[in-house]
Amino acid sequence: MPYDPMLVEPMRQDMRAMSVEELLDASAVDSFIERAGTKLVFVNSVCGCAAGQARPALRIALQHGVRPDHAGTVFAGQDLDATARARSHFAQVPPSSPSIALFKDGELAYFMPRHMIESRDAQSIAFDLVGAFEEHCK
Amino acid sequence: MGTFHHGKGDLHGITVVVDLNDTRVFVGRCDTVLPEGVVLLDADMHDEAATDAKSKADYLGQARKFGVWKKYDRVLVPTADVASVRPLADLD
Repeated sequence: MPYDPMLVEPMRQDMRAMSVEELLDASAVDSFIERAGTKLVFVNSVCGCAAGQARPALRIALQHGVRPDHAGTVFAGQDLDATARARSHFAQVPPSSPSIALFKDGELAYFMPRHMIESRDAQSIAFDLVGAFEEHCK
Repeated sequence: MGTFHHGKGDLHGITVVVDLNDTRVFVGRCDTVLPEGVVLLDADMHDEAATDAKSKADYLGQARKFGVWKKYDRVLVPTADVASVRPLADLD
């Protein structure tokens, strides 16, 4: 059962504040994935154990000079259809949230699963993301 | 925004490797560590003694890279069987 929308609203606002596009249903996900250029999909999560650092990390990483052409987000446990559809685009990796997928030329180029986010500070996570941007988004 | 899960121990919410005293290993998100065992959520279990199974090292190397496909929503791994518990991200 999804959390109370009021509870997750601040987490959605975090995404909007960094101009990450909210993908609220399956069709929005498909349209996003079909765009030309590099794309990042952030699977957001209520769980503060990991997502509490993932969102600030994403904000830091997206300020880097080299970044994906498009950044979107689905909210696991909230926007169920959108999350399922997003995961279908990287079905080769086990689902986890929060997690971050980077697409290049229509293919999954990089994936950061939840366990690489847990227990790390935002700067460390951002460092890895920037490395992935440098490798795949130039 | 901080965690909503208080008082469940340092490993709560962390994806851990629970290595057993035999050929099996569990990987899952730690919920709690109790006197009777480790409670894991969304966990997988691998047994290197199973037919055509990968070695523990190969399995954990794959898990370290991408995570695991869960076999159990929730599982208690008995303390008597546990050799070690460590974060998956800490594996070399």
